[in-house]
Amino acid sequence: MSTRQTIEAAANSMPASAPGLRTKLRANGVNMTFNRDGKSMSVLENIDLEVGDGEFVCLLGPSGCGKSTLLSTIAGFLAPTSGEVSIDGEAVRGPDPRRIFVFQERGVFPWLTVEGNIGFGLGKLTRSERAQRIEHYIKMVGLEGFEKSYPHELSGGMKQRVEVARALAVNPDVLFLDEPFGALDSITRMIMRGELLRIWEAERKTILFVTHDIDEAVQLADRVVVMSARPGRIQQIVPIDIAHPRDISSPHYLELRDGILNQIGLAHGI
Amino acid sequence: MSALAEPRKWERLLWPLLASALFLAFWHYAVAWTATKIFPSPLEVERGLVDLIHRGVLYLDILDSLRRVAIGYFAAIAIGIPLGLLFGWYPPVNQVVNPVVQLLRPISPIAWIPVAIIFFGVGDYAAIFLVFLGAFFPILVTCVDGVGNVPLIYRRAGSNFGLTPPQILARVVFPAALPQILVGLRIALGIAWLVVVAGEMIAVDSGLGFLIIDSRNSGKRYDLVVGAMLLIGVIGLALDFGFRRIEKFKAVRWGFRNEA
Repeated sequence: MSTRQTIEAAANSMPASAPGLRTKLRANGVNMTFNRDGKSMSVLENIDLEVGDGEFVCLLGPSGCGKSTLLSTIAGFLAPTSGEVSIDGEAVRGPDPRRIFVFQERGVFPWLTVEGNIGFGLGKLTRSERAQRIEHYIKMVGLEGFEKSYPHELSGGMKQRVEVARALAVNPDVLFLDEPFGALDSITRMIMRGELLRIWEAERKTILFVTHDIDEAVQLADRVVVMSARPGRIQQIVPIDIAHPRDISSPHYLELRDGILNQIGLAHGI
Repeated sequence: MSALAEPRKWERLLWPLLASALFLAFWHYAVAWTATKIFPSPLEVERGLVDLIHRGVLYLDILDSLRRVAIGYFAAIAIGIPLGLLFGWYPPVNQVVNPVVQLLRPISPIAWIPVAIIFFGVGDYAAIFLVFLGAFFPILVTCVDGVGNVPLIYRRAGSNFGLTPPQILARVVFPAALPQILVGLRIALGIAWLVVVAGEMIAVDSGLGFLIIDSRNSGKRYDLVVGAMLLIGVIGLALDFGFRRIEKFKAVRWGFRNEA
């Protein structure tokens, strides 16, 4: 069977929903139209997607394909022109602390220390509970010793850890990550992927992860949602049926990756 | 020692001191060579100031000027920052108010003197009002800009963590805009110090501005005129130097680097 057939066979048996998991999040016929200079521009067209509880899904596509817009819509920062997003069967009307959006490390507040950032969403806890929670997540992301540091004293990777810890500290069910490792160097990026998977396996949050990096998507996701550009549509949903930790030189990994490359219209070889 | 090494402490002091000494020497000899009867030499200025200190007047004048600046300046902060946050937070409000602000802003506080006297009479309040006006507009405008420049990401992060709009304003927008607001506050402090001298020349009978105009009017004591001018310079420098220390705090220092 050729790569393409494998992908299509898998995709046909796999609709826009997750196998064997309770549906956590559903996008139903989401359309998004922006008005720019008097012209209306369709950014998202008929997006149907289901994400299971505890599932790790990557939205993959070229820049400008609307994947970040889709993520902002699902997170409640933008209202769709038509269609609906629901989480736990409840329509999304705005952002909610149960679902935290992680920006590239640019979302870290520069006026707060590492501690202050991680404790930012914990205003309702008592002082000692908050301190405990902060300590726990500082340890989880490996920032011991930097509690009192300010973001401008940290590297890009450390800032990204702060932002992930700040998100996890409020104990959300869903994490939205918008190209979180895009600004990091390639070595740090590899390390951060490993860390994210370790945290995900420990905490089992539902993760929706936007990236334009095919390898990143295939290394991380349970399913990769491949999007086409302008207007953004879901082109294919590719399940990655490899257990973690993934051997990124195994034939099956390469087969899946090349299948997605084909799907996007990039054959091997540049 | 390489050329890239940090200058040593005594070197950093040496050159400014040398430049000041050269300036004083130039001044001294210029007065001596031109044999002017009106313009004082540095030594005459020094003697005049020492005389004022002995009479206990100088100290009171400085205190009065600083008091007027403090009241006017802090009133401008107390009104300018909340208004600036409000206008910056609600762009429609700003669109309504902005034309008026932009119209009033270029008017020198000196031009307000007659109006200030109508409002407050000749006295302390008129001078304080002028200081307030001079400080108010830079504070308001930088605050509005600062709030407008807060990245959308920070506001989104704030609302994502369940903050209400007033909480976002206090815990996200204000600290994010603070470095820019501080720039406005520093400019405003400089202007306040400029304006108080002018105000004191017209509206009151104490302070360094009054000292200048009074020394000239009663007996043409140009040694005291120039002495007061130098004092104004030194105090202005000290205020600015003091303010710069605030910018070193880590919670705002990020905003004074090239990139946040």
